[in-house]
Amino acid sequence: MTPEIESWLAAAQADADRRGLPELKPLLETLARSTAALREADEQLRLRAQPDDHHASNP
Amino acid sequence: MSAPDLRRIVDVARLLKTGALAPQDLVLECLEQIEARPQVNAFITLLKESALEEAKRAGTEIGAGRWRGPLHGIPVAVKDLIDVAGTRTTSGSALPSTEAVEDAPIVTRLREAGAIILGKTNLHEFAFGTTSEETAFGPVRNPLDETRSAGGSSGGSAAALAAGMCFAAVGTDTGGSIRIPSAACGTVGLKPTYGELPLEAIVPLSTTLDHVGPMARSVADAALLFQVMKGLQPMPLPAAPRRLVFGVPVPYFCERIDEDVATALTRARASFEAAGHETIDVAIEHASWTPHVYLHIVLPEASWYHAPLLVRHGSSYSPGVRLRIEMGRYVLAEDYLRALELRSALQLRVDRALDGCDALLLPTLPAAAPELGATVMDVNGHREPVRAAMLRLTQLFNLTGHPSIALPAGAGRDGLPRSLQLVGARHATERLLAIATAVEPQISGGPGSVGGGTG
Repeated sequence: MTPEIESWLAAAQADADRRGLPELKPLLETLARSTAALREADEQLRLRAQPDDHHASNP
Repeated sequence: MSAPDLRRIVDVARLLKTGALAPQDLVLECLEQIEARPQVNAFITLLKESALEEAKRAGTEIGAGRWRGPLHGIPVAVKDLIDVAGTRTTSGSALPSTEAVEDAPIVTRLREAGAIILGKTNLHEFAFGTTSEETAFGPVRNPLDETRSAGGSSGGSAAALAAGMCFAAVGTDTGGSIRIPSAACGTVGLKPTYGELPLEAIVPLSTTLDHVGPMARSVADAALLFQVMKGLQPMPLPAAPRRLVFGVPVPYFCERIDEDVATALTRARASFEAAGHETIDVAIEHASWTPHVYLHIVLPEASWYHAPLLVRHGSSYSPGVRLRIEMGRYVLAEDYLRALELRSALQLRVDRALDGCDALLLPTLPAAAPELGATVMDVNGHREPVRAAMLRLTQLFNLTGHPSIALPAGAGRDGLPRSLQLVGARHATERLLAIATAVEPQISGGPGSVGGGTG
C-alpha cells in the first residue's frame, strides 16, 4: 500500500470509530488493498494505453 | 413428436390454448408446492386470491378464443424489489416500505401478455449479497438441498422455479444476481445487454451495473419472457448457424474451479465439437482487475441511493448489508472515476475476446452452492470468501454490459447442480438466446451431450 492509501485508511478507520461503527474497520482494510490494486491497474493502463482505451462507450 | 414437458412454458402453453389444461390448474399446482415446502421460504408476498381470480379470467378469455400468446395463464413470480401494484416492495428489508400504486413497466408487459403474477420472491436484502441469507424474512433455502444457499440475490426466484412453485420468474442482476442463483438451483437465468430492459420502478443497487431479466427452466422459456419484457411479440428466435465458434476464456475464468465444474466444462466442449462446433481457448486481458473495478463502482453507487435511508433507518438494515453500504461512503471520487476508465478498457477486452467467436463459454459459479451460514468456500483447496467466490465469474459482464445466460450443466458428484455461462456480443441478446437454444442439450448433459448428465 502506498503512503497515500495508508493515510486514507487511518483517517477512514478513525471516522468509523467516531461514528460508532468499529466493525467497519476490517472491511476498510480490504477496501484499501483493493484501492491499491485499482490504482496499480490504472497506472498500467496509462502506461500501456491502447488507441481505443479511452473511447469505449459505457455499457 | 416428443411428449410435452410440463415444466416448460412453451409446452404448457399449447395445452392451455387447446383447453386441455386450465390456468387455474397451474396456479393451484404452484400453490400446492409453495404450501408443501414453507421452509424453502421463496416468497415474501403470495398473491393467492388475485392469482386465482386472474387464472379464472384467463381461462374464460382463452375459452372464448382470445388467446394472448404463450404467457397467457402462466404463473410468474417477481423479485420483491420490483413494484407490483397493490403490494409492498420490501427489497427483503425490515426498513419501512410502501405499497406500490402501479406496476413496474416490466410487470405491465408481462400482464399484457397474459401472465399471472403469483407473488413476490425473497431476496438478499436490497440485492446486496449472493446468498439470500441476509433478509428480514428469513433465509431462502435451496430446494435441492435445504442446508445450502439458493444463491442470490434473486434466490427466492430461482428456488421457486426449481421447486415447481412458479413457471417463470423475474430477477435482477448487478454482479451476477440472476445467474448465481440460477446456477445454485439448476435453472436458466438471462442477464440481457445493459440498458435493454427498463429499470423503472425497481429499487436500484448500482445504477450503472443493474440489469433486470428473466429466470426460467429452459432457454425457450427465458427467450419468451425476454421478448415480452422487451415489449416485443413472442416470435421464433433467429436460427443459430449450424457451425458455431465458442471462445473459452481459460485464464482467470477456468483456473480456480472445482473438479465437477471443470468436468462439466470439458464435457460441454467435447459435446460441442462432436456436434460440429469449434471451441478455442481465448484470454480476456486484465480480467484480474475485475473485482477491484467492480467494488469501486458498486459501493459508491449503492451508498448514493441509501444515504438518506441510512440517516433515518441505519439500525434496521441487516448488519452485513449496512456495512457494505457504509463502505461506499469512503470511496474517493478519483477512485470511482478510475474504476469507470478501467471499466471501459475491460469492455474493449471482452469485445476483443469475442472477435471471431459466436459466444464465450465459461463457468457461472466455481463450485456448488455453499452451505447456509458459510463465510468461506473451499474451491479445490483454495479458501475464498463466499461473496468473492460467487461473484468472481459473473461480475465482469455487469461492468461491460455484455449479455450472459447461465445454463444448467448437470450435477456434480455431490448431486448438486453445476452451471455454465454463455456470453454474447453487446446488443445481440436474441442471437445469444438462439445460440443457447442450439447448445442447451449439450450443456445440460441431455441428448447430444458427451458423457451423460453427471459431473
